[in-house]
Amino acid sequence: MHEQSVAELQRGLQARQFSSVELTMSCLARIEALDRGLNSLITVTGERALAQARAADARLAAGDSSPLTGIPMLHKDIFCTRGVRTSCGSRMLDNFVAPYDATVVERLDASGMCMLGKTNMDEFAMGSSTESSFYGATRNPWDGERVPGGSSGGSAAAVAARLVPLATGTDTGGSIRQPAAMCGVTGIKPTYGRVSRYGMVAFASSLDQGGAIARSAEDAALLLAAMAGFDERDSTSIDKPVDDYPALLAQSLSGLRIGLPKEYFDEGLDPGVAACVEDAIREFEGMGAVIADVSLPHAPLSIPAYYVVAPAECSSNLSRYDGVRFGYRADGASDLMDMYKRSRSEGFGAEVKRRIMVGTYVLSAGYYDAYYLKAQRLRRRISEDFQKAFEQFDVLMGATAPSVAFKIGEKADDPITMYLCDVYTTGVNLAGLPAASIPVGFADGLPVGLHLIGDYFQEARLLNAAHQYQQVSDWHLQMPRDLGERSPADEKR
Amino acid sequence: MAIDRDEILRIAHLARLEVSDEASARTAGELTNILEFVGKLNAVDTSDVTPMAHPLDASQRFREDRITEADRRSEFQAGAPAVEDGLYLVPRVIE
Repeated sequence: MHEQSVAELQRGLQARQFSSVELTMSCLARIEALDRGLNSLITVTGERALAQARAADARLAAGDSSPLTGIPMLHKDIFCTRGVRTSCGSRMLDNFVAPYDATVVERLDASGMCMLGKTNMDEFAMGSSTESSFYGATRNPWDGERVPGGSSGGSAAAVAARLVPLATGTDTGGSIRQPAAMCGVTGIKPTYGRVSRYGMVAFASSLDQGGAIARSAEDAALLLAAMAGFDERDSTSIDKPVDDYPALLAQSLSGLRIGLPKEYFDEGLDPGVAACVEDAIREFEGMGAVIADVSLPHAPLSIPAYYVVAPAECSSNLSRYDGVRFGYRADGASDLMDMYKRSRSEGFGAEVKRRIMVGTYVLSAGYYDAYYLKAQRLRRRISEDFQKAFEQFDVLMGATAPSVAFKIGEKADDPITMYLCDVYTTGVNLAGLPAASIPVGFADGLPVGLHLIGDYFQEARLLNAAHQYQQVSDWHLQMPRDLGERSPADEKR
Repeated sequence: MAIDRDEILRIAHLARLEVSDEASARTAGELTNILEFVGKLNAVDTSDVTPMAHPLDASQRFREDRITEADRRSEFQAGAPAVEDGLYLVPRVIE
């Protein structure tokens, strides 16, 4: 069952070959057997999942179901889930039980999905490797000594290991796309404002966006369709109808204009990754797409601009964690200021504190214009480059990440080498555009992701292009082997 | 732009974070490196560019000034570190 697509599973449920309860129990058993070695989940919600599965079976029997009814899934631990711990991978929220459901959680629950747990992530979504989680690193299912990418590493690893077919993620600078690339799965970040951020713990409010991680574009389309849509509780939600992503998957790619930004094929790109990406681009050409080069002149400044804007917004958003009303409070504080400082310093990990400090600095008096406003001006230039490119092209492509998954601990010493993982992905968040990553091969035995970028609200086109590629290739069907043989103490793998 | 120890202490205080004496030198070094790295932004002239705060340049949506939330204070306070009579308890506020 764990190798089947969501559509196949739905057909099986409709035909009563198995029930949602049986399917859910099968996934829970897989989690029990395999996740000790992966550490992709922070919390397992077995009882809740089975209750949802029973409700789903009733809906299926009554003929009142949707394509996702009865399908098991996981939520990144950044989405508030009522009555269930919502930790954001941080000690700061280790004791936080959310009193409400995020809109995304409500919508997927309403469609009849079964939430089996909350996935591991870089602390407060700040990271590209899931190593900064308070709950320890998640291991890449393809190589247990390597990272799964981040910050949605738990979701990507869980889907890659086929613990569940679908998982939610969030992406602020690449946090859905990069782990999808490193784990060999499909991930999509929609246009800013497409998916409600209500109940999605904020990191950088002008960049954060929730999205879908799945084994294929077809599966991702189903999940995204259920997540997306206007929500009046999110003041940045865009009031625009949602395209019928599943219905638009099958369009021909003949005449699709694909641009290859030359800045994405720079010296930083690993040759093995480049080779897989170039092969994939030739496949698109074979399907009738027209390929040409393009330039995004300000692309090299995406990372510096991002690492001013994102920390600035994070320093503001994380000021709510003060130990007063919820979350971690340090013991024995002598006065209020001592309580604030010790709660925050003990509750947050090193990378989060680093980014809060950077953000505080760039927003402080005397530096605001030189850093924050400057970055916001570059942001407009970066966005304009994309708009010019979309006058001539429908989709832009390149590698999602400059390298394959690196070893756990390899980039721990220098924050900047970690930041450079996001070199191709951050510009997309600054511009608010939709983008996806799909598996297109292996380099040194590790997955390689192709990055597809679309114009505003062109999620259907991205999923269509990805789906058509997945009809003529089978990288997305590859599964890691030997998952069950890994144990947490096994250092040799 | 080199960040020194005093600057680190100032920023930490603004951010309500503690930085120990041993950590302050390393933190100063890390922040200096990061700020040098993002300083690349200054290579481009942007004097005629309007800052972009929202990717789609959308502005804040308004709604009617009506109460739409229910009072769930006791539920929200169930997970609080210390409450009494509906109020949050904290250590003495220094004058």
